[in-house]
Amino acid sequence: MSDAATRTETDSEKWAEPSGLARWRGVGDVVGMLVVLAALVVLFGTRSNHFWSAQTVKTIVNQFADLTVLAVGMTLVLVIGGIDLSVGSVMALCGAVLGIAIVDWEVSFPIALAACLAAGAACGLVNGFISVHWSIPSFIVTLGMLESARGATYLLTRSETKYVGPRIEWLARPLPGLGASTSFLIALALVAAGHVLLTRTVLGRYMVAIGTNEEAVRLSGVDPKPTKLLTFVLSGLCAAIAAVFQVARVSSADPNGGVGMELGAIAAVVIGGTSLMGGRGSVLRSFLGVLIIAVLQTGLDHVGASEPSKRLISGAVIVLAVVADVHRRSWGASVGRAAARLRPKARPLG
Amino acid sequence: MTQPDANAPLLAVRGLCKSYAAPVLRAVDLDLFPGEVHALMGANGAGKSTLARILAGLGPPDSGEMTLQAATYRPAAKHQAEAAGVQIVQQELTLLPTLTVAENLFLDRLPTRFGVVRFGALRRDAARALSRVGLDGLDPETPTSRLGVGEQQLVEIARSLERPCRVLILDEPTAALTAPQVDRLFANIARLKQQGAAIVYISHRLDEVRRIADRISVLRDGKLVATRPAAELDLNEAVRLMVGSNPSREELRHARATGEVVLRVRSLSRGDRVRDVSFDVHAGEVLGISGLVGSGRTELLRAIFGADPADSGTVSVAGATPTRFRQPRQAVAAGLGLVPEDRKTEGLLLPRSIRMNLTLGRRKAYRGPLGFLKARREREDAASTARRVQLACHSLEQPAEQLSGGNQQKVVVGRWLLREPRVMMFDEPTRGVDVAAKFEIYRLIDETAARGAGVVVVSSEVEELLLICDRIAVISAGRLVATFARGEWTEEKLLAAAFQGYTNRAGAEV
Repeated sequence: MSDAATRTETDSEKWAEPSGLARWRGVGDVVGMLVVLAALVVLFGTRSNHFWSAQTVKTIVNQFADLTVLAVGMTLVLVIGGIDLSVGSVMALCGAVLGIAIVDWEVSFPIALAACLAAGAACGLVNGFISVHWSIPSFIVTLGMLESARGATYLLTRSETKYVGPRIEWLARPLPGLGASTSFLIALALVAAGHVLLTRTVLGRYMVAIGTNEEAVRLSGVDPKPTKLLTFVLSGLCAAIAAVFQVARVSSADPNGGVGMELGAIAAVVIGGTSLMGGRGSVLRSFLGVLIIAVLQTGLDHVGASEPSKRLISGAVIVLAVVADVHRRSWGASVGRAAARLRPKARPLG
Repeated sequence: MTQPDANAPLLAVRGLCKSYAAPVLRAVDLDLFPGEVHALMGANGAGKSTLARILAGLGPPDSGEMTLQAATYRPAAKHQAEAAGVQIVQQELTLLPTLTVAENLFLDRLPTRFGVVRFGALRRDAARALSRVGLDGLDPETPTSRLGVGEQQLVEIARSLERPCRVLILDEPTAALTAPQVDRLFANIARLKQQGAAIVYISHRLDEVRRIADRISVLRDGKLVATRPAAELDLNEAVRLMVGSNPSREELRHARATGEVVLRVRSLSRGDRVRDVSFDVHAGEVLGISGLVGSGRTELLRAIFGADPADSGTVSVAGATPTRFRQPRQAVAAGLGLVPEDRKTEGLLLPRSIRMNLTLGRRKAYRGPLGFLKARREREDAASTARRVQLACHSLEQPAEQLSGGNQQKVVVGRWLLREPRVMMFDEPTRGVDVAAKFEIYRLIDETAARGAGVVVVSSEVEELLLICDRIAVISAGRLVATFARGEWTEEKLLAAAFQGYTNRAGAEV
């Protein structure tokens, strides 16, 4: 019995901390993607004379700030088991609101920014409210929003591109001595915030729980609806922030902006190993997914690939990345099972 | 069909055995004679449905012989049994909801010409088949999903009657039928009898069994304990055979004082599954809820908890104003807890860590500044809970799906220990759990009551309720028909009460 008593202490310590294997598995997930990223960099570096240059890095980090932010929001939505197909159109709508506020209403930038964010949040709220309270699959609701938001954008701008100019360009301009733009730095901060949200906060915990088994969450006494609604609002907000960055990058609000961006964001998130079934996802890995897409596209530009072949290759890479991810996972699981056989038998504590 | 010899069995079963995790059928012998209606009776889990499924080719026996008209009968699949003339209407509905009634009736032999379905012929055949079971008014082209449960049951029966039928197995065929529909079914059974078929009739409804059965076989714990002519078996005798004599067991129960009423349920109703149920649970008391499968026990707990809100009636927890919970969140806030029936789909986040599963639902307890998770406190709570429930695992970071059934259940139970609800409800807490874990769960239930909570336990295993409960309420056809205090009850009384709502047809009419 004294043996059992001393064992209790050590087991309690062991149980209170993640086991070594579990901790390393998290790192392994990121390492795998970094290897893919490095392989792409090396590949394009050997194929093109100019790929390994400061300019390429600048291009990548400054061109993909908007996609990065969209991917953050999309990760959260996929984690709760939903999807947001409307982000590209919502982005265009928010960009239009921003452009009109600055140019036509001549309000100050902070007020224009607030209007833009409010537009994004409102779109997210509509998506969330309809899908959560009327139990409509978010695929359908956001597909409708994809159309409606685009239509609203055309009405709002009378289908004309609104030139905004220097009042917003500073956001996308590389900072002296750093090379990265303000947009990109904010996007990085949002990646960090999204990662912390999902892994370290109560809200993130319940997003994961709802995506895993909504009924179990409900029966444990937590209403899943407010969390789900908030997630769609966050996705709308991310679309609005992405709109600001895009308008800054091209100096104008384009009613055709953001077409197809939802698919780019989904691709990045899925390459990052987030499950379309919900319950599993990482914002950090989604960011690596964005980087993989960014390096691939920039690299293909550098080696002079034509637009059709770029698309062909990008599509193949998306699928291959997910296939590799799934197989690595099952391979990892069989290693885990083998390891479990070597460990001592599970026993109760007393 | 040649008229078979009336003295030789049509279908003979010898020494049939089947085990899943535990033995379900043990050396069952059964003879079915031509022109006989043979009823199978038994308590929940006695093996009736398993036996029926093996006869119909829905699962092979582990050992034993079956002969059909003196030839070896060993169906490997349902269609082989059907080809041999053995038809089954199962308890669960098996129609494809997106197809029409006609397509379902003739799915495996649609009339075709050059590979194209002849819808006219299909419609005509289907209409004839439907009128046979009294569904004359039903359009054969109605999608099956639009039918009520009773109509679906009749379509299933019509499907079997359309086939060459030497043995017809009906597993609880009347559960959803109205009295005229039952009469029509019995007329069909009588016609088949005339033609020399054998009918296996499984039912909880003793009045029906006595109305149509020629002989009755009783199963208990997988053994066929008696076969008697129907006329010779009365209700008490049947119940005694189903229960058997049970050895006394050590009671797993502390003596404890019961206090004030902590759960007051009044006239709670939901659809036709929960009807006007009222009862009280006292602090420190374990109330068992017994009843047949499908009698509305789970629905009652879910209605109390707000998981499927009740239509009428009230619930009051710990003397609070009577109310009706529309959501589990409200019930939990009022001091209720529920361990749901199916831990995999309703209880656990299977791929997530044990830690996360143990602390699920306690949102406020771990919310730190800025909404950050108090991870250290969460780990400590999870570890202490795991110890309290004696969880066998390698690490709290293991996914819950890697645990055995018993340990998974301990995780779901453990989740509520931290929250100390005033009333704790357990729905089939030991289903699919090994014996050792069962007793640990009994201990946890006892501790919960000893702490001063009111406890409600729903179980299909009467022995379990006898072991752990202070009082047992019996639900029959959605109504609470009787409540027994410890000392008053016997297994016979409980089972007789469980059948009470089914002995007249009042139970099935809304």
